[in-house]
Amino acid sequence: MSRTKEKRSKGNFRRLIGYLFSHFKLRLTIVCICIIISACASVVATVFLQRLIDECITPGITSGLEAVWPKLISLLGTMAAFYACGVAAALIYTRLMATVTQGTLKHMRNDMFDRMQTLPLRYFDTHIHGDIMSTYTNDTDAIRQLIGQSLPLMLQSSLTVIAIIFMMIYFSIWLTLIVIFFMIIMLTVTKKLGGESSKYMMKQQKALAKEEGYIEEMMNGQKVIKVFCHEEESKKGFIKLNEQLFSDSQRANKMGNVLMPTLGNIGNLMYVFIAGIGGIMVFEKAVNISLTGTDLITAGIIISFLSMARQLSQTIGQVSMQVSLVAMGIAGAGRVFELMDQKPEEDHGYVTLVKAEKNSEGQLTETDHATGLWAWRHPHSSDGTVTYTELKGDIRMEHVDFGYVPEKTVLHDISLYAKPGQKIAFVGATGAGKTTITNLINRFYDIPDGKIRYDGINITKIRKPDLRRSLGVVLQDVNLFTGTVMENIRYGKLDATDEECIAAAKLANADDFITRLPDGYDTVLTGNGSSLSQGQRQLISIARAAVADPPAMILDEATSSIDTRTEALVQEGMDNLMKGRTVFVIAHRLSTVRNSDAIMVLDHGRIIERGNHDELIAQKGTYYQLYTGAFELE
Amino acid sequence: MIKTLLKSVRQYKKASLASPLLVTVEVIIECFLPLVMAMVIDSMSGNSMTPILKYGLMLVIMAMFSLLFGVLAGREAATASCGFAKNLRQDMYFKIQDFAFADMDKFSTSSLVTRMTTDVTNVQNAYQMIIRAAIRTPLMMIFSVIMSMTINVKMACIFLVTIPVLGIALFGIVLYVHPIFKRIFKKYDAMNNSVQENIAGIRVVKSFVREDYEAKKFGKASEDVRKDFTRAEKILAFNNPVMMFCIYMSMLLISYFGARIIIGTGAVSLTTGELSSLISYGVQILAAMMVLSMVFVMTIMAEESANRIAEVLTQESSLQSPENGIRKVKNGKIDFENVSFCYSKASKKKALSNINLTINPGETIGIIGGTGSAKTTLIQLISRLYDVTEGSVKVGGIDVRKYDLEALRNEVAVVLQKNVLFSGTIKENLRWGKKDADEEELIRVCRLAQADEFIQQFPKKYDTYIEQGGTNVSGGQKQRLCIARALLKKPKILILDDSTSAVDTKTDALIRKAMSEEIPDTTKIIIAQRVSSVEDADKIIVMDGGRIAQQGTHRQLLAADGIYREVYDSQTRSKEVE
Repeated sequence: MSRTKEKRSKGNFRRLIGYLFSHFKLRLTIVCICIIISACASVVATVFLQRLIDECITPGITSGLEAVWPKLISLLGTMAAFYACGVAAALIYTRLMATVTQGTLKHMRNDMFDRMQTLPLRYFDTHIHGDIMSTYTNDTDAIRQLIGQSLPLMLQSSLTVIAIIFMMIYFSIWLTLIVIFFMIIMLTVTKKLGGESSKYMMKQQKALAKEEGYIEEMMNGQKVIKVFCHEEESKKGFIKLNEQLFSDSQRANKMGNVLMPTLGNIGNLMYVFIAGIGGIMVFEKAVNISLTGTDLITAGIIISFLSMARQLSQTIGQVSMQVSLVAMGIAGAGRVFELMDQKPEEDHGYVTLVKAEKNSEGQLTETDHATGLWAWRHPHSSDGTVTYTELKGDIRMEHVDFGYVPEKTVLHDISLYAKPGQKIAFVGATGAGKTTITNLINRFYDIPDGKIRYDGINITKIRKPDLRRSLGVVLQDVNLFTGTVMENIRYGKLDATDEECIAAAKLANADDFITRLPDGYDTVLTGNGSSLSQGQRQLISIARAAVADPPAMILDEATSSIDTRTEALVQEGMDNLMKGRTVFVIAHRLSTVRNSDAIMVLDHGRIIERGNHDELIAQKGTYYQLYTGAFELE
Repeated sequence: MIKTLLKSVRQYKKASLASPLLVTVEVIIECFLPLVMAMVIDSMSGNSMTPILKYGLMLVIMAMFSLLFGVLAGREAATASCGFAKNLRQDMYFKIQDFAFADMDKFSTSSLVTRMTTDVTNVQNAYQMIIRAAIRTPLMMIFSVIMSMTINVKMACIFLVTIPVLGIALFGIVLYVHPIFKRIFKKYDAMNNSVQENIAGIRVVKSFVREDYEAKKFGKASEDVRKDFTRAEKILAFNNPVMMFCIYMSMLLISYFGARIIIGTGAVSLTTGELSSLISYGVQILAAMMVLSMVFVMTIMAEESANRIAEVLTQESSLQSPENGIRKVKNGKIDFENVSFCYSKASKKKALSNINLTINPGETIGIIGGTGSAKTTLIQLISRLYDVTEGSVKVGGIDVRKYDLEALRNEVAVVLQKNVLFSGTIKENLRWGKKDADEEELIRVCRLAQADEFIQQFPKKYDTYIEQGGTNVSGGQKQRLCIARALLKKPKILILDDSTSAVDTKTDALIRKAMSEEIPDTTKIIIAQRVSSVEDADKIIVMDGGRIAQQGTHRQLLAADGIYREVYDSQTRSKEVE
């Protein structure tokens, strides 16, 4: 199993690199070149000292300063030139990387968000919102670390390591073997400690998530805790989780903190070994084998070897600090790609909604100005003709069965028709399938062909955006967006004027309380309108739907938190607005549905009674029992 | 702010102090290492193995000690920082438990969660940095400078030039970037907020077909973030090259002057070995400065988080239990005397004004009124969830501010409008009302609240597990469980704040009937939308705009021409039509 995991993470890594290059090919190429230059400069710096000592200082001591002066100046000059290149290259690549990193993150976020907008509701039902959120925050943060910091550093470090090893072989193969031996030890230690640290890091993440969940639940119920004087128990539960988190994070951090000194001192040990064995070789006049051939080993060689060894162990130390960051970055990239790979909502519709007007013969034609008249534009692929059907709001369902998951059917054999201008109500217990029916009408969920028709057109043929534009929806759980009240109402119709928005608010009976807010319509709402009462938020959401002026409307428990007096006023306004249009109403309160043209009583996904209020009362069935309070709605 | 936070170090003070001490030792050893290394190098050009082995052994011993202290320091630092974080989270959590309702209104749930998680993690990382790196690096610098002085004072002066150059450059960069970063965090929050709203409101987005609009809105936010972030990072990108420049510069200078001195004095006042250790010291010093500037950046980033944590920790509960408060509530009598109330001192608008009301023990009171008429506000004053702004509220004839809070709240049970069940079994949830309640008691209160019947239908009955937020029971069931939970307290006053709105009228009536029969001595206050829920109350209070608009019995109020009648009519219109 761990092998497939490894494979996957390699795949994700490759894909991440591909993603980087697809947006910033030229810049990344320059970055790579600059990193190579900068790595070379830093390696050359190490060798430089040996040449200085062997070629200038040692001969200089005997022959005097004047003799080595030109050599000294030319050496220093060459070095300065190398260094200048190194600094310039570093400057270029770090600055370019800033652009590349942030640019890539932006593309990534936008790609994720764009894809997310196309996903079916099913995705949001089956994923915890906090998890989706953390893809945008924690995971992109981890990726930022990875591409902005770890990748360039790792690239530079590995180049440095390779260059140093080559230089070492150039100087002495025997001593290089010692270095390689110690490098293997260092890598093993890194793998062991780093792996252990990553393991506890994951545990820590888990413990943190658990504690976060607990805090969230308790904070949500904080007022209940107060009312029941339950503070001590809630503290006890917290302490337990907090201790767990502490012990996991302590372990993870200990492992991480220990790594650096351990590697550093293995490096010191290596230093001693090289010095000792090198010394013996010098004194025993051992034959050195190097790329330049066989020769006697000199003190100068060992000195530069020592400083190279030191640089090597420092470089490995730096890389080791990146291990867990890289792992986290790749895991984050995996989740980001997973979101990007989600299958978008399918839409094979081709019938569109257009503004229309009637010509003198009463025929429908397409127009570009608002006439209040809408038509379905229905192109026929067989003969290339286009027909127009007036949008009326005639909705029919025929023998619809549906389940969110294949194993569990929630709707059984639902048939209904809503004639244009009718108000259709659904009544039934929680889970009876009321909301499901409306979810099918606006195709939040799809059913097999042909069972739902809108103005006689099979709704699978209608493009989803056009279908949804023809249906206003007001939901029980109100979602408002950060912005002014005016902007929130305008959400229903983006080009609505202030006057239109205010008119809609008046219609929803919201104008009254809005004008009493500190800044009236310009009051900024945050946190889903948390400064407003539930009822006030519902009024705004009704205004938002009203300004859209949709041909048909679904009201799903839209007035449940509004007091009955206000509700009566809202209803009056809505009835005026929706005159001649189809309305679906879902409500708990029977006073809300009483004046509907048809009431469907649902039970476990079946329609068990239908008719208008008077008919149903006369039937003396479930509705009658509900109405007289002899039966409970849940 | 720092003082407030540091109070939470407590039992980890030892580790917090040990860590820098151990680091100090480690640094000292590390600073001697190049010196010994220089000796090893110098003995290379000699003609005996003995000094190499001697110094080599010394190096090994030093490395062992360095390892020991390094490992210990790392472990202590981990303990100190994780412990500090643990205490911070706990202190915040405990503080919040002491919050009054008024304090809770100031913070949203999600902001409290962020403060206890992300913000604490930021502070934890900064703290670890401070007790390790922030001690280590300046020490490293000082020791390195001293060591290089002992090698050759003249040569060490090179560092006295390069250090300030690098220092000024690095801190200049950080200071320049700081305000940009502050701005970025705000924009970043705004961007994440828009994602969150989008996810939460995805049904709204889809039904208004606003996918493109949302994508465009988000695209703008993410472009904003990118622009600022790129700007800041581009400036920070100078850090590394500037440091490299200074290192290379010092290396060249040391090489040049070093070579001259060695040659000039015939390797007397400076040896080749010393030259190479001077260079290592140089690298060490400048790299330390680099780390220091990174610590600085991290600390600045954590500053905002630290502020947000301190905000919670310094929030004094606006409502405290009096010392030696009265623990006995005589009876369920309630008096409001000239009570006025504002939610905050700043707001001029009074939520309640001039309320005078007397409720006798055992009475049933109905309260009715439109959205925002301050019904909930009124009853929250009784169990002292908020304090009155003017006037006084008395329970059992004594001002509520004189009672011990816990005693008062145990006698005044409130079933909140926005009520919550917690994840756990039904039994566990009910026992919130009384910790040691036995099964019989549980069943008794559930019968009273008309909850026993549906609980018995669950396969696991009273051991049924309630999901977080009570999502696996219906609204009406949830409300009845909440009522049962409150009844278990056997309070003298029971307040139901719109607690039966999702319960059908018949069950609603049964609950009221059971309560008037089973707990006749308890004062009952019922807030409701439905007239039917309050019509048989001893007294009905009609609230309007923070004032008592009408009061009286159902009959009296119907006879009067007022709000009550209007409400009654709106709810019974079609019954009359029939």
